[in-house]
Amino acid sequence: MIGSGILKGMAVTARNFIGSYFEADRLITVQYPEERSPLPENYRNFPFLIYDTDDAEAGLRCVACKICEKECPPQCIYITKSNDKKPDYLGKPQFYPAVFDIDISVCMSCQICVEVCPFEAIKMDKVFELSRRERFDALLFRKRELAKSNTYYHRIHPVEAAEVDAKLAEAAAKKRPAEPAPSAVATPSPRTSA
Amino acid sequence: MESLEQVKARAELAVPGARIDIVPNSGPSQQASLLLDNEHATAVVRFLCDDPALRLDSCSNATGVDWLDRTVKKKVKVKKLVDGVEKEVEETQEEFFPGYLEAVYHLYSIAHKHGPLVIRLRTPDRAEGARLPSLTPIYRSAEFQEREIFDLYGIRFDGHPDLRRILMWDEFVDYPMRKDYREPDDYEYEPTPHDDILEKAKEHHSARPQLDGAENITAQQ
Amino acid sequence: MTTASHELAQSPPRMTSRLDGELLEVSMGPQHPSTHGVFRMNVALDGEIVVKLKPVFGYLHRNHEKIGESTSYLGSMPYTDRLDYFCSMTNNWAYALSVEKLADIEVPERAEYLRVILAELTRLQNHASLLGFLLSDMGAWGTPLMYAFREREKILDLFESLSGSRMMCDYMRFGGCRVDAGPDWMERAKKVVDAFPRFLDEFEKLIVSNEILIVRTQEVGKMSAELAINAGITGPMLRACGVNYDLRKVDGYGVYPRFKFRVPLGDHGDCYDRLMMRALEMRESIGILKQAFEQLPAGPIMNPKVKLRAFRPPVGEAYGRIEGPKGELGFYLISDGSPNPYRYRVRPPSFINLTVLEDLCLGHTVADVMVILGSIDIVMGEVDR
Repeated sequence: MIGSGILKGMAVTARNFIGSYFEADRLITVQYPEERSPLPENYRNFPFLIYDTDDAEAGLRCVACKICEKECPPQCIYITKSNDKKPDYLGKPQFYPAVFDIDISVCMSCQICVEVCPFEAIKMDKVFELSRRERFDALLFRKRELAKSNTYYHRIHPVEAAEVDAKLAEAAAKKRPAEPAPSAVATPSPRTSA
Repeated sequence: MESLEQVKARAELAVPGARIDIVPNSGPSQQASLLLDNEHATAVVRFLCDDPALRLDSCSNATGVDWLDRTVKKKVKVKKLVDGVEKEVEETQEEFFPGYLEAVYHLYSIAHKHGPLVIRLRTPDRAEGARLPSLTPIYRSAEFQEREIFDLYGIRFDGHPDLRRILMWDEFVDYPMRKDYREPDDYEYEPTPHDDILEKAKEHHSARPQLDGAENITAQQ
Repeated sequence: MTTASHELAQSPPRMTSRLDGELLEVSMGPQHPSTHGVFRMNVALDGEIVVKLKPVFGYLHRNHEKIGESTSYLGSMPYTDRLDYFCSMTNNWAYALSVEKLADIEVPERAEYLRVILAELTRLQNHASLLGFLLSDMGAWGTPLMYAFREREKILDLFESLSGSRMMCDYMRFGGCRVDAGPDWMERAKKVVDAFPRFLDEFEKLIVSNEILIVRTQEVGKMSAELAINAGITGPMLRACGVNYDLRKVDGYGVYPRFKFRVPLGDHGDCYDRLMMRALEMRESIGILKQAFEQLPAGPIMNPKVKLRAFRPPVGEAYGRIEGPKGELGFYLISDGSPNPYRYRVRPPSFINLTVLEDLCLGHTVADVMVILGSIDIVMGEVDR
């Protein structure tokens, strides 16, 4: 019968329509912004800088080595090295970035800067609701806006942050093998070979 | 597929007068190529396409390459007289290669499922009216790709049915993929304000407009 | 510049003669809902029959090849995502394959299997989207498109949880993959693949015996095998003409020789065959995926000898190609020993498949032009680069 193919198609559509009231599989609309679908752990948007402790200036991990600036494909990172040095998490005096700007209208979130950073100082953020009222200066993220704490990093990327912390602790332990264990120092009794 | 030397020998037999050279490929991919002279190129490629053993019936890729004038420094051991004694001394010799434009074709055989055979055609120099024979009469797939080579490198193809610009707009004047192409510095773009990009932009763009106060508007609570 | 360059820089040849008042010249595009991007066709019509058709593109030209010459090899990898933006994983693989050929880099086995899994998932979502788009172009108002996108969302969610981004994955590296897929990702991927045949059955019931589709696509845009081979057509379009040429079987790159799958071939070379090619290939892809899930070994995913920064391949050149969902995607790289390639060229399947657009459309009506264009499966990011 002519038209039977079209009727078969309409049966499929009808089944999908009625089924969307009963099967979660068929009703896939997420009513944004009232409900938001959860972002996976690995999701990446623009980069941010990490600082340990609570001080965004003193605890900043970045040492202004400029490797990310060199490797960035669209050249959207702009770093100026400082003239003085401050100690890093291992206690060694390092330079720090006086200016660290990322132009997010250019950045394509390729995360090559994260891959090449030797100091685990720059990681990928997850924020995507970043609309601004102005196209030029407002889309240039400066160091103050980019620096976020390590606790924030743990909150957004828990698995990755745990690995990074383990790696940094291991590097720190290798650098300080002669330090006595804390328990031996705290008790005043003579030291045992524990 | 037979080796390049065999292909070269048979092609030189089939097309008398053709001058074919083998261009070695020093990398590990072992894709050496045949350099054809421009007068007999069409005849040689026709032979490659029709020959029953080769049957290279599909031109998979046609691309242009721009080689600038190069001076290659080589360390060569030369016998020289040093203090009356003949010794072998290492000397740096310079060899000058003049620049040229090149069209590279990758030919595959769908009938015999072998390939690739890489063909190169070179222009004598990088001047304005560089011409090469077109392979479009033999391989239809070269039609758009040769138009692209003309558009981006400036090589004219003799025998192409419809040679005009394809990716750039028709009134465009320069050849963008050449190594000495200078970009215009008055692009319409919003520059990231650092270094020389900012300096270039200041010459062409007016100062940024003042913020108009819209950023102070907040939602009514 | 000199006058010589101006002589050919004039406007394209006039489509209609001034004395002939019967031909109508229409410019379809660049703003058009059905041209798969910013794509223009100058069509000369005799009533409704197409007499002449010249495609015009270049609206999305982003000089990707010139950027490739001034960026390092690693830095070009995110740019390859943006070539054929539907299939970023296969673009990455083609580029990684060419660089691995250029520098003779070995890839560990687990990485090869992961590449196959992601490439076949890409093929699934590309073919599903294409069928959806083609049906919308024919007037089905988005229903098949939304069904296809529902499945595509599941696959894109898999990509997002693996590589961090839905479409611009930047996942492959020279010598392996960037991120390893854990066992929970594998479970979710298996669930998606197991649910796919049900969607395919439903989708085929929706479209295959639909009379409107049959009338609009059968005997429309017929292409002979000789024209296809000569015009460099590759991919499902070539196989619809009956030519058995699938790079996964011919070149046998990666670990494809270990999988058993068939290559569907068409008989007539018309739009209906091209459509069915994609539907049948989706089923074969599901077979490959199931085999890959079973055979996936444990192990490293990156070759440890490859440097990430200051990667300098030896002097030479290489041309590497893969069977992308749209056709043969190849990268031609010339290296002069520096960290940036000397010449970086993309062989775009959509661009070359468009060579025969005029031949296919001559003699058909204007409405068929859209159907033929849709069946060629072009993406402007690849055509213009």
